[in-house]
Amino acid sequence: MNGELPRWIDIGLIPILNLCMALLVSGLIILAIGEDPLQAVAIMVRGAFGYEEGIGYTLYYATNFIFTGLAVAVAFHAGLFNIGGEGQAYIGGLGVGLILLAFDSVLPFAILAPLGIIAAAAFGAAWAAIPAYLQAYRGSHIVITTIMFNFIAAALMVYLLVNVLIKPGQMSPESRVFLPNAHLPFMHEMLAGLGIQFTSTPLNISLIWALVCCVGVWAYIWRTRWGYELRTVGFNESAAVYAGIRPRRIVVATMCISGALAGFVGLNEIMGVHHRLLINFTAGYGFTGIAVSLMGRNHPFGIVLASLLFGALYQGGAELAFEVPTITRELVVTIQGLVILFSGALAYMSTPWVTRIYRALNRPAVASSEV
Amino acid sequence: MAMQHGARNGAVTPEGTHPPAAVELRGIDKSFGTVRANHDVSMRIGAGTIHGIVGENGAGKSTLMSILYGFYQADAGEIRVAGKPVMIKSSHDAIAAGIGMVHQHFMLVDTFTVLENVMMGAESGALLHSSIQKARSELSRLAQEYSLAVDPDAVVGDLPVGDLQRVEILKALYRNARILILDEPTGVLTPQETTQLFRILAALKAQGVTVILITHKLGEVMAVTDTVSVMRHGELVADRTTRETSKEELAELMVGRKVRPSVAQRHDTIGAAALAVEHLTVRDHLGVDRVKDVSFDIKAGEIVGIAGVSGNGQSELLEVLAGIRPPTAGRMVIVDRDVTASAPCDAAEMRNLRLAHVPEDRQRLGLVAAFTAAESGILGYQREAAYNRGPYLDYDAVAAHCGDLMERFDVRPPHPEIGSRKLSGGNQQKLILAREIDRDPRVLLVGQPTRGVDIGAIEFIHAQLKRLRDRGCAILLVSVELDEVMALSDRILVMFEGRIVGEVAGEDANARDLGCMMANVHEGATESRAS
Repeated sequence: MNGELPRWIDIGLIPILNLCMALLVSGLIILAIGEDPLQAVAIMVRGAFGYEEGIGYTLYYATNFIFTGLAVAVAFHAGLFNIGGEGQAYIGGLGVGLILLAFDSVLPFAILAPLGIIAAAAFGAAWAAIPAYLQAYRGSHIVITTIMFNFIAAALMVYLLVNVLIKPGQMSPESRVFLPNAHLPFMHEMLAGLGIQFTSTPLNISLIWALVCCVGVWAYIWRTRWGYELRTVGFNESAAVYAGIRPRRIVVATMCISGALAGFVGLNEIMGVHHRLLINFTAGYGFTGIAVSLMGRNHPFGIVLASLLFGALYQGGAELAFEVPTITRELVVTIQGLVILFSGALAYMSTPWVTRIYRALNRPAVASSEV
Repeated sequence: MAMQHGARNGAVTPEGTHPPAAVELRGIDKSFGTVRANHDVSMRIGAGTIHGIVGENGAGKSTLMSILYGFYQADAGEIRVAGKPVMIKSSHDAIAAGIGMVHQHFMLVDTFTVLENVMMGAESGALLHSSIQKARSELSRLAQEYSLAVDPDAVVGDLPVGDLQRVEILKALYRNARILILDEPTGVLTPQETTQLFRILAALKAQGVTVILITHKLGEVMAVTDTVSVMRHGELVADRTTRETSKEELAELMVGRKVRPSVAQRHDTIGAAALAVEHLTVRDHLGVDRVKDVSFDIKAGEIVGIAGVSGNGQSELLEVLAGIRPPTAGRMVIVDRDVTASAPCDAAEMRNLRLAHVPEDRQRLGLVAAFTAAESGILGYQREAAYNRGPYLDYDAVAAHCGDLMERFDVRPPHPEIGSRKLSGGNQQKLILAREIDRDPRVLLVGQPTRGVDIGAIEFIHAQLKRLRDRGCAILLVSVELDEVMALSDRILVMFEGRIVGEVAGEDANARDLGCMMANVHEGATESRAS
């Protein structure tokens, strides 16, 4: 049925319809607690895009969503459902932190920056490689193992930060702050270098790296021989074996790439914003990445758009909770949840009736005989 | 063919007079997107007759029957059952109207017993106990009335294919079907099982059941039907009384032109063995030996056919030879490479030895439905230098290659950018065959080369295989179509339960003897020779 619809409906109109349905339901809830839904939307949009600080935060959140969305998409094209983005991001951050704690006093930024990228990728990939190996060679389902690895990652990080990496003499489980040569430049700093004034926000150079990753993922999946083999495995594993491709190797390699992409959240958060290792910096970005990827139709371009939307929801939502006291933080999470529900879990709900309307509009003769 | 008689004797309708119509279709139209699957089809099927619907793949016969059974709804037209117009919006409505359907792929639950399968969906109450009692007595009545003996307590997964079909028929009768649609019912049966099926159809007819038989095998149409409709390109092109037509006329009507019967040409350019198999055994993941101690060889310039009812180890044999699964014991020598359990060889290495493989199941193995035709056109050869530039696939070269294949093998429509799943079965098969024989292989494995392929394409595919053989390729042909095996093979091996149980030279083969070997009944063989 999907194939009958033109592309612009499938990847343009339907996601927008889903978003509208989510906003409609959110509006009803806001109406029910006695607030004006239109005003709430206005506050959210202004909060997300209306001024420099809002834009900076929106893009900073979007950076994380691009990384985790790409991670889900790469695995998806090989037929794998990677639910472990959260844990892989967490461990990716650990990799960045360990490298910087070890070398920030001896190496310059020019070496620390690529080293940080490599560490985030390697640690994220390693964390994804274990479930991948278990799936490929031991038959443990990757959905189950990646979920469990999120918990293991969380427990491991708490242990390390409370017992090993904590800065001596303080209560909160955090490492020491990295030296300034180990900080990624903030966007406002870079813009200032060009003579442009911009408010101070957490947005940093990781956004550029996220966009580079988008291009890289697109080229890898749709332009290289490895991408061809990856998609073959994803679409039809039997045909892959027939074609002399070894699906087990593809599973492990793909999950490593996926894990590496998720690990870059650690780059943004640890090296870009917090400048120290701490607890819970992943804040659900890994899970939201699943919705981002679904909404972006597992394509890097769509993922960038979906990431912007979710970035705006996070930032605009925070603004809304701040400005309207009766709309609490929990209600904002509810709205975000509705968007995820309609554009992720129920992504194809509207397809049948859109198809019917499209057909009716295009072939009136047939439509009338059906009625 | 002994099976052609017997079946006709059950006729009770006085032939020549027009029986009242059991089903009447009037002006049925159905389109999918821009494709017209059925165009103004009108058909009248007499009550208590066996009516055949023949046509090439994609001629619209299955669509028409799906409309009758409520899977699709017609865009226009009317359906009348026993003279009354009916609206059939789902299979529920069809069952209520007394229509039953036996699908090509059986819709049974393997782990249930025959009884449970038959009553499934037609239980009479929330508690099963009383339903079971009722179903059991009803089933034994039906079994007697239509001579459809099946053990009601047998687990379906343990039954042979012929019995599964009976269960399907019983299922339909249990739901009071008076009109029974059978979609390609003999595709999975041995000649003996086919004969039995035809006896059952005759018994049904004797009880007044109307049978609609969809098939592309003209021999069967001639053997059992009373009337026959021919479809081509979604339209009904002819209605015939079976007695007054011939296989040749039906074939011509189906294709729309004269068909040359395929004649096996023997030749004498056979060379050294290109593929040798010695004591090969293959065990599946359940620990069952699917191929047992099989030995044979194929010489360059020779087609060796493997006959057998599907599921007797042919698929596993093909997969092992193609490198898709490793052998458990024994060895095979391909050109000069030795392959054993301890030194297996994957499909990529096999291709490097110039062993090509046209798989049995083209949808599952031969191509990737979601890929473009161009992408499917390099499946298995994606690592070749010609299609790669550094890490990148050279998509221009890939598309040009596919365009070239499509032109030379007459794949329609010849657009490399078309989705693989949008090609018809015959065109998919031509594309796969083109891809595999384009590299002039030394050994070619072919499984079911013409399954679901229309007659025009069958001729073409057979001609290509013979041409390849004449150029010195060693070909292993696995097919459940006996006619095909006999028409093409220089030597025929028969497989039964994983073993090779017989070998005959191509020119000495006849369907009856092969059929007996396929079913492994030696007594049957002597009996039919005596008669």
